[in-house]
Amino acid sequence: MSLCKIKYSALLILILLIGVNFNIFAQEHQEKEKEFNAGELIMEHVADAYTWHIATFGEKHVAIPLPVIVFSKEKGFNIFLSSEFHHGHQAYKGFFISNSELSPNKGKIVEQINGEEVRPLDLSITKNTLSLLLSVIFIAWLFISVAKTYKKREGKAPKGIQSALEPLILFIRDDVAKSSIGEKKYEKYTPYLLSIFFFVFINNLLGLIPIFPGGANLTGNIAITLVLALITFVITTVSGNKNYWRHIFWGPGIPWWLNISIMWIVELMGVFIKPFVLMVRLFANILAGHIVLLGFFSLIFIFGNMNVGAGYGITALSIPFTVFLSLLELLVAFIQAYVFTLLSALYFGMATEEHHS
Amino acid sequence: MGLVTPDFGLVFWMLVSFLILLFILKKFAWKPILGSLKAREDSIDEALKSAEMAKDQMAKLQADNLKILQEAKEEREKLLKEAREVKDRIIADAKSEAVLEADKIIIAAKSQIESEKLSAIKEIREKVVLLSVDIAEKIIHKNLDSDSKQRDFADSLLNKMELN
Repeated sequence: MSLCKIKYSALLILILLIGVNFNIFAQEHQEKEKEFNAGELIMEHVADAYTWHIATFGEKHVAIPLPVIVFSKEKGFNIFLSSEFHHGHQAYKGFFISNSELSPNKGKIVEQINGEEVRPLDLSITKNTLSLLLSVIFIAWLFISVAKTYKKREGKAPKGIQSALEPLILFIRDDVAKSSIGEKKYEKYTPYLLSIFFFVFINNLLGLIPIFPGGANLTGNIAITLVLALITFVITTVSGNKNYWRHIFWGPGIPWWLNISIMWIVELMGVFIKPFVLMVRLFANILAGHIVLLGFFSLIFIFGNMNVGAGYGITALSIPFTVFLSLLELLVAFIQAYVFTLLSALYFGMATEEHHS
Repeated sequence: MGLVTPDFGLVFWMLVSFLILLFILKKFAWKPILGSLKAREDSIDEALKSAEMAKDQMAKLQADNLKILQEAKEEREKLLKEAREVKDRIIADAKSEAVLEADKIIIAAKSQIESEKLSAIKEIREKVVLLSVDIAEKIIHKNLDSDSKQRDFADSLLNKMELN
């Protein structure tokens, strides 16, 4: 059993190592082909894509083509594989991936209507969408199996994955939900808080794995954090009691003329700013982490372009930095998941706080 | 900037899949997990509480035992004391009774001795009378065994009478 596990882990590490090598190889190849552009490379890695690019051997790209689903006013509903675009070089059924530097739609699927690039309604399964679906399946499987273990080992000490996750579950329940919302009401919000914590945490970690099925910059994508913050906002607003709204429109201990003139505007803005900040914080932290990591990698090729020796020299510096930053990102992965959950819990706590005086 | 504009497609998929995930986790994961965690905590609490209670009871029992022991000791002391008193009393009683009895016996003995003495004296007296009669008889017999003597005697007697 344990031998099997060791074998499995060894295989996994091997795959990861090969993956890293491929990545470097791919980058080297690109650099030879054309002038190395660090900004472009980084953007390519952190942005969403219609294919899941894994590696490049010489001229051959190893990538998973993903389904494109578009609704267009003129052409209606279309579904096809992204491989039809031939890596963005060809148009298919009038749809093509915009390549103009000036357009805000660069890298997105567009169609030509009256000489202008127009975005159709795009529900494609992109790289991030696939990563999202995989992680959702993984999280659901993980916690349902843990729940089964709980049922099976009723009243016994935790074991296996259960004992690895139990401290986190207890931490969220006791130190986040219970302490922020209060003894009486925390139970209603705990499932949501646990869900966002593990969703963010696991996806942060998956984002740090350099190769498929990890590597997608999911929690560093503003669409993802937007939805998470939106749900927190909706729950906060819906569960806001009389006391919460009174505090917004009539702050206690504030002169009446301030309350009438400006405070309610500030407070009302705060209602929207809170989830907005929640959205930006997670997105920016994770995105920045990815960018910095890739930046250090890019240094190798920037210096290597100038001089081969300098390239080797900077590699010795760049690799330890990347390793250090990767470890830091592991910490950030946890901290950001924790902060997002804690702030959500605090907002719920504020919304449900009883009037006491 | 492409990075800060949320993509509609991803927002849609995220909303759908995350809500489904939330629903599934809530129903099939968090409910049983949190439920069994709570049950386990409750049972641990219960166990600790009952252990505490058992400890208390034990202490109480021990105190009770000590008290009972103390009481038993006192009881024994009291009994012993009483027994000693009873013994002393019995002995004293017996002593006084014995003295009384002895006195009685002595008195009885004395009176018996007295009566015996009296009867003996009486007997002796009777015996003395008989003996003296006998002696007298014998003496008389001896003096009057011849006719002359009897005559002499009778003469003497007659003489005395005449004298009178």
